[in-house]
Order: sequence, then structure tokens, then C-alpha cells
Amino acid sequence: MSHSETAGEAPANAYHDQKRHWWWLPLFVAISPVLGIWLQAMTGQGVWLWFTPILWYVALPVADWIVGRDERNPPDAAVPTLEDDNYYRFLVYSTIPLFFITWIVAAWAVATQGYGWVGYLGVTIGVALTNGLALVVGHEIGHKKERYQKRLAQIVLAVPAYGHFSAEHNRGHHKDVATPGDPASARFGESLYAFVLREIPGALGRAWADEKTRLARQNKSVWSTSNELLQSFAITAVLYGTALLLWGWVLIPFIIISTFWGWQFLSTSNYIEHYGLLRQKTETGRYERCKAEHSWNADHLVSNLMLFHLQRHSDHHARPTRCYQALRSDKAPELPSGYPLCFTLAYIPPLWRAIMDKRVLEVYDGDITRVNIQPSKRQAILARHGAAYGA
Amino acid sequence: MSRYRCPGCDYEYDEQQGDPHEGFAAGTLWADIPDDWSCPDCAVRDKEDFEKVVG
Repeated sequence: MSHSETAGEAPANAYHDQKRHWWWLPLFVAISPVLGIWLQAMTGQGVWLWFTPILWYVALPVADWIVGRDERNPPDAAVPTLEDDNYYRFLVYSTIPLFFITWIVAAWAVATQGYGWVGYLGVTIGVALTNGLALVVGHEIGHKKERYQKRLAQIVLAVPAYGHFSAEHNRGHHKDVATPGDPASARFGESLYAFVLREIPGALGRAWADEKTRLARQNKSVWSTSNELLQSFAITAVLYGTALLLWGWVLIPFIIISTFWGWQFLSTSNYIEHYGLLRQKTETGRYERCKAEHSWNADHLVSNLMLFHLQRHSDHHARPTRCYQALRSDKAPELPSGYPLCFTLAYIPPLWRAIMDKRVLEVYDGDITRVNIQPSKRQAILARHGAAYGA
Repeated sequence: MSRYRCPGCDYEYDEQQGDPHEGFAAGTLWADIPDDWSCPDCAVRDKEDFEKVVG
């Protein structure tokens, strides 16, 4: 699909959102580990315990390849109506209880159903992936302006044990995105593994520092009950603690693997979303304002539906409060595929660099000096791409 | 008392109301907002980008 609807081509009242009824798909993904557990119980076939990992790592890349890209945008005049439509909000909010149900049912299942380690691992990775989707939902709601929406984000982010996300992402990442100092923007030449080790502690540290600053302005300690990170972590502690009390130590691998793999889902998203891209400094020494060209966009239809349009990331960073259903395909650097396949590419650093490094250089007309480069490799990368060191 | 608007997302800082969640009590003047403070809704724009609301 290559035609695009742009502003003015269709009157607002004539606009019909063709994706409207497809936005139920993330709800299906959110509950998919439970479906797998149920199907295994019905059929006795252990493969169903791997339902969600197969869906993410195999079925979605294939579906993206078959269905392809969708560049259509709602006309500007239709955006206010689209954003005010409660139907879209309802769908996002509906996923929140599903993430809790999935986590609890899966914890019960791995602790009591005697799957053996292969089945245990399948369900655990499935929950890691729905934890990742819970982060996507926390991301969508956490960007909204109303206080109750930010509260809902704290609640859903408790499932993947990532209560610091809203503070880290909204106040930190969006401010510093595509600059060398941002722990959540990957640098040219940086492997996913180096990035994860830089991002996870860096994000927590930045969120904590920002929350400390905010609370200090209220004359409160960072350890006060007003700390929104701690509020979310407290929900996590209740959820995880109750499960451990009920079902015992057999849950330890489930909790460790699903939590860290879920965090990896977020880190890998961040890795591919800004790899190598750099905001240039203006004459005043400030970084230029974040524009569409500072994030990688992916228009692949199926994975976009699964991820509430997160892959339309360029428009998201240019206009962070815009609702998912209204995000546009913008004039931005394009990823080779949707996130599911890009994740697998990023897991294999030489493959990722072989595909992406030339795309980064294309964004900057081959000028390596305008790229966000991994400092430890700077000299080698500049030498290789033909610029004098220090340029 | 004046109001200042983020040109990116239309967030408004009203000196009269302040922004208690951000730690700015009612009556906190724009001049007393830290220079490195960014729009709490979008973070795309910083204090110096804000525009005074006229009228």
C-alpha cells in the first residue's frame, strides 16, 4: 500500500478509520498466554505453552512481510474527533486488567501444572512479552495530560516492575532523545547488549534524580509516599510477594526471567527507535528541537496494530501527547521491518549493523560527523567512513 | 499574574495557580521557574520556548 491521504484530501466528516475495529488485537495479545495455557489443557499439546513467543517472534514478522506497510494518515481536520473518541481510550484501559490476569494465571500455571522446564519457559517468555506490551500501554497512557491517566500508567507499569518508566520516559528520554547523553538513545556502533547495560541502570538513575528534584520543590524527601516511582513499585511488591507466598520458590525463575526479558523488550524497542540518530546543535549551543527525523519509523500494519502504533515513533516524538489512533506516518527514516523482526535483527549485532549502519548514513547524506557515535569506537568509525578524527 | 504556553502541546503555566504536582505552589512567578525546566506534558519544549499568553 503506497497511497497516502494527506491533509485536505478528504473532508473530516467523511473520514472513516479503517483500523478502528482492528485495535482489539492488542487485547488478544495481552491475554494470549492464558489462551495458550487453556489450549494446552484442552489438547494436551505442550506447544501451546509457547503460543505468545511464537506469535511475536515468528507469526508477526511473517504477517508484517505478507501484509506490508500502511502509510495512510487521517486528515488533519479529522484528528480532534478521532482523539476525543472514547472508544479508543476504552480499548487501551481494557488491557490493564488483562495484564494482571495474564501474570497471575501464568504464575499459577507454572507453579502448579507440572509442565516441565520447556513448558515453564514458554509461559514465562510469553509473560515477558505481555509485560513488554504492558510497558507499551503504560507509555501510551503515561503521556496523557490528565492525572487519572498518569495514575493508570503507574498501575499497569507495576506488572512489569517498571514503575519508573513514566518519569524516566516523559521527563528524561523525551527531553534528551537523540543526544549522546540519553541512556535511552542507541549510538552508531553500539551493540544491543552494550546498550541494555547502559540503558537499564541509566534510566533508573535519571528517573530517580528527576523525581527527587520534583519532590524537593515540594519540600518532600525522595523517600516520601508521594514518590510516584515507589508507589508503583509497591504495587509490584504486593503482586509478586503474594504470588511467592501462595506458590513458593518455584516462581523465582518465572519472576526473574519474565521481568528481565520484559525489560529487554523495552530496551530493544528503545535501541531500534533512535539508533545512530542525532539532533544537531544550534548556534546557541542548544540541541535542535526533536523532529520526525530523530526517530525511526515503521509503517508495518500488523505489528503497528499489535503495539498501538508505537512504531509510528517519529510522529510520537515530534508530538508526544498525540493519541495512538491519530499518529501519522511522517517523513522520517524508515526501519526495514516492524519491531518483531527488528528485535531479532538487533539480537544479532553484526546483522543489525550490516542492515542499519548504511541506513543511518543515508539519513545524513553520508556525513558520519552528524551521527550519534559510540564514543569508544569513534576513532575507528570516523576513520572507516572517511572523516578526520575530531571533525 | 501571567500565563505562559508551551508552543508544542499547549500546556499552560498559570502563575496564579502554579503547578503543585511539579512543585510550584500557587503564585510562583515565571521568573522563579528553573531555567532547565521543560514542559511537563511533552518535554519537547523548554522554559525558554514558552510564549506569554496575551489577554
